[in-house]
Parts: sequence; structure tokens; C-alpha cells
Amino acid sequence: MDLLYKIFLDPFVQMGTAPDLLVQTLWEGLVAGVLYSLIALGFVLIFKASGVFNFAQGIMVVFAALTLVGLHEHGVPAFVALALTIGVMFCLAFAVERLILRPLVNQPDIILFMATFGLTYFLIGFGELIFGGETKVMIADQLLLPRGAIDVKMAGGFVSLQKIDIAAAIIASIMVATLAIFFQRTRIGRALRAVADSHRAALSVGISLEQIWVIVWFAAGLVALTTGIMWGARSDVSFALEVIALKALPVLILGGLTSIPGAIVGGLIIGVGEKLGEFYWGPLMGSGIESWFAYVIALIFLLFRPQGLFGERIIERI
Amino acid sequence: MRATGGREAAVGDVLLSAENVSLSFGGVKAVSDVSFDIRKGEIRAIIGPNGAGKTSMLNVINGFYHPQQGRITFKGETRANMRPHEAAYGGIARTFQNVALFRGMTALDNIMAGRTLKMHSSFFWQLLRYGPAMREEVEHRHRVEEIIDFLKIQEIRRVPVGRLPYGLQKRVELGRALAMEPELLLLDEPMAGMNLEEKEDMSRFVLDVNDHYGTTIALIEHDMGVVMDLSDRVVVLDHGIKIADGTPDEVKHNQMVIDAYLGVAH
Repeated sequence: MDLLYKIFLDPFVQMGTAPDLLVQTLWEGLVAGVLYSLIALGFVLIFKASGVFNFAQGIMVVFAALTLVGLHEHGVPAFVALALTIGVMFCLAFAVERLILRPLVNQPDIILFMATFGLTYFLIGFGELIFGGETKVMIADQLLLPRGAIDVKMAGGFVSLQKIDIAAAIIASIMVATLAIFFQRTRIGRALRAVADSHRAALSVGISLEQIWVIVWFAAGLVALTTGIMWGARSDVSFALEVIALKALPVLILGGLTSIPGAIVGGLIIGVGEKLGEFYWGPLMGSGIESWFAYVIALIFLLFRPQGLFGERIIERI
Repeated sequence: MRATGGREAAVGDVLLSAENVSLSFGGVKAVSDVSFDIRKGEIRAIIGPNGAGKTSMLNVINGFYHPQQGRITFKGETRANMRPHEAAYGGIARTFQNVALFRGMTALDNIMAGRTLKMHSSFFWQLLRYGPAMREEVEHRHRVEEIIDFLKIQEIRRVPVGRLPYGLQKRVELGRALAMEPELLLLDEPMAGMNLEEKEDMSRFVLDVNDHYGTTIALIEHDMGVVMDLSDRVVVLDHGIKIADGTPDEVKHNQMVIDAYLGVAH
């Protein structure tokens, strides 16, 4: 009886009595969610256009952030380093297409998936070789990202909003809106979706697979760079960041592998769910539930909506 | 364009010629030493029993397969190994035997995808979907709407093609190929699996495309009635070898063709 009370009633009583804490927790959750969304977005982009589940997306985030910081450490001005990093991400996309995708064209998806594993370990080794394995600090100030916090009076108390988080949310929103429109309503976007649907039909209307793959991996690289900057500005830049790729999995299950809005909403739900769970239900289990709670949410969704919230309906004519 | 007398009147210069084309997969000879030409403005049929190498021939023409021997000359240019998107760029469009559409996309988007090569605004504007990219979308949408009207598929514009019945999918696929404004249109069994009414509709569209747009058409078809009605000239393949080439009437009375279709007593 006591336990039931603690699980089903007490947390909500707490939420009601201290609304400012609730708002603060929600905000923290949303912010974490935005970053999960960004990572998931990288996955979705590549999956949508090539049907490949790109395991290397997580390490691409680290690699992009490392390159940016590493270049700056070698005396390159911040914005020049940013431009150079974008260039590096393009070269990476180009190399992936040439060395991995092209030789493996028409192979089963699982082969391509395994190839992205290989890419992951290559990037870890290569990154360490060039920039060293130690933890670095993101050059947030040099990139003119705001720092500090604003305290907002609301819900009967003060809620503290980190400026960097606000910036992250704004940048992520712009990015997502742009990509969504791009995918849905433009020539290149249509070509991307066309390639995902049928290779030979895409070829027959004159879409070059090679070009599309480079574009989509480059776009995923840009998303990775943005994620790397935002995440790095909140913590540090190190290879530990790589595990956030695993956080994207429940987001993808929730949102559907092919949906950009799904990645966003999924990310927000996971972020908020995680923080609320940790704050209100965590103490019951000696806390630490943040690390697995997301997977439980995903599992529940998987039972009821296997294609995700916004995933493409599985259409089959019989 | 066409003189009222007969279909031959529309036929002009050679648009594409295949010379001594041979293609094999491992030990299997799909096409051996086949030569024929396609003339501007004509409807050219490629027929033959199953496994005769018709689809292989089509795949060679638009660059899906690269023949081990022989040459393809298109618009006076001989090419060795052309890739499919280069063929598309050169003005060759096609449909597939077992419909290859972008299943998750709407009929409209499928046909718009056919305009890919005609659109040129840069990645940057595309990303913003503003300025040149926007103007381009609108302009090409006009052309696509014309095609939609032409094929009478107005009401299924917004339907994901995976949900459409087979006959309509074939029509959307034809629309996508037309959107490319091709000089040469390759149709791989455009009437396969259709009922009589759908076949008549499709035949009408094929003739209209040829009439209105002056598009040269090469088609593979099993229905002899359709072939005889539609085509100006017919090439017959059997086991990868060309056994006849000529007007429908000539071909119909060719002993080798009759043998190939009906079998010979050994």
C-alpha cells in the first residue's frame, strides 16, 4: 500500500506542491531532448536516403567536435576552424561514398550496417591518432555562443535557464525546419527519398546515387558537427560522448526511423521522460534510473506502435 | 504530325542503333550479336518468347547493363559504357516490367522526381526553398500538372503510390518517364497484368504520347494484338538472337517467328 502510494500518488503531489521544480525539471528534460533529437536526426537522414542504419553517427559527432577543437588548438581562428571542419565533414562524406558505399552497392542492409561499425572504429582510432585521446574543452566562447543563465520568475519560484541551452534549442529548431522542408518539397529532397525507395527507378530518372549519398552523408556530418558543438559546450569533448549514440536508439524507436519530426518529438519525449523519471521516481529505486528509463519508454512504444509515432505506415498490397 | 495514310509516314532518321550487341552473365548468353535501329518518331516493338533477351536489350540501351561486345549509337554518338543516369541525361526514359515506383511518395512527387534533371537551382537555395528554388518548383509543377491531366490521374495526385491499384501504378510510372521529356521512351511490358479496358487505355496513351510529344518509343509487349496495332516496326528476338525485323505484317508471316512462338516439331 505504501509502495503504491509512493509510485502513483506521491510524485504527483510533489509536482503540484512545487510547480517551479516541475518546470525546472521539464526544461532540463527538453534541453536534453533537443540534443537527443539532433543525434537521432543524423540517423534518420542517412536511413531515409540510403536505408543504412549508420552506427557511426555517434562517433561522427565526436570526430566533428574534436576536429573543430583540435584545429583551434593548433592556432586556427575559431570561425576558420569551423569552416575547415565543415570541409573535413564533406571529405568524410566523399570518402565514405567512395570507399564504403560504392563497393558495397546492392549488398544486403546488414552488410552496410556492419561497414558502419568498421567506420566507427576507424574514426575512433584516426581521431585519437591525430588529436590525441585526452578530454578537450569546446571553444564555445570563441564561437560566440552565450554562457551563463537567466533566472525567470514563474510558477511561484525561479527557474534557471542556461543561455547555451536556449541557443541550442533555437539552432536545432531552425535546422530541423530547414531539413524538413528540404526533404519534403525540393528536387534534391525528392531525389533523396527516391533513392531510399528504389535504386533502379531513381537511376532511370537520372538521379545519380553517388551524388545523393555524398549529399546525405554530408548533411548528417553537419548535423553531427552541430550536435558536437552543443553537447561539447555543456560537458567536454571526449570519446565518452560516443555513447550518446546509444541514447538515440530509443528516440528512433519512438519517432520512427524515417521521420524527421519523429526524431524531434521522440527526442523531446525521451528527454523529458528521463528527467521526470529520475527526479520524481528515481529516489524510490536508489536513483540512477536515467540511464535505462529511456529504453523502457521505447519498449512500451514498441509494443503498441512498432513503426514509431511518425514512421511511414507499412503499406502492403496483397 | 502523322500523315493519315499509315504509320510509316512519321518515321525519320535513325535515333538509336545497336550494332552486334552481345551480353552474357557468366556462361548464360542473354543477347548475342543483335543489331537493329530505332528511327525518330516511330513506335518500335521488341517481341519474343520469355527469356528471349528483350529486357536485357532494354537494360543495355539505358545503361543498366554493359554489353561485352557491340556498340550503341544514340543521336549519332557512340558510347561504350554509359551509366543509367547518363542515359537519362541524354534523353532516354523508361518504365519497368514490374513497376519500379517510389512507393512511399505520392503520385505527384513520383512524377516531380522525373523532373530532377530539368531542375537546376543550387543546393543552397534548395535548403532554403526560396528564390530560384521556389520559382523552379512552381514552374515545373505546371508541367507535371499537364502530364497528370494528360494521363487522367488528377484524383490520385496525393495518394502514396504503394496504395494504388496496379494499372494506375503503371500509369504513374509512365507519367514519371514523360516528365523527363525524353527523346526515346522505353516501355517494358506497359500492359502486363492489365485487363482489356486498362490495356486499351494504355495503348491510347502510348499512341497519344507518340503523337502529341513526338516521342520515339521502344516497347516490349507480349500481347500480339497490341503490338500489331501500335507499332511501326517490330524486332523479334528468340534465345538472345534476332530472328526477324520489319513491319508487323512482315513479321507476322515470318516462318521463324511462327516457329519461335509455336514451337517446331523436331
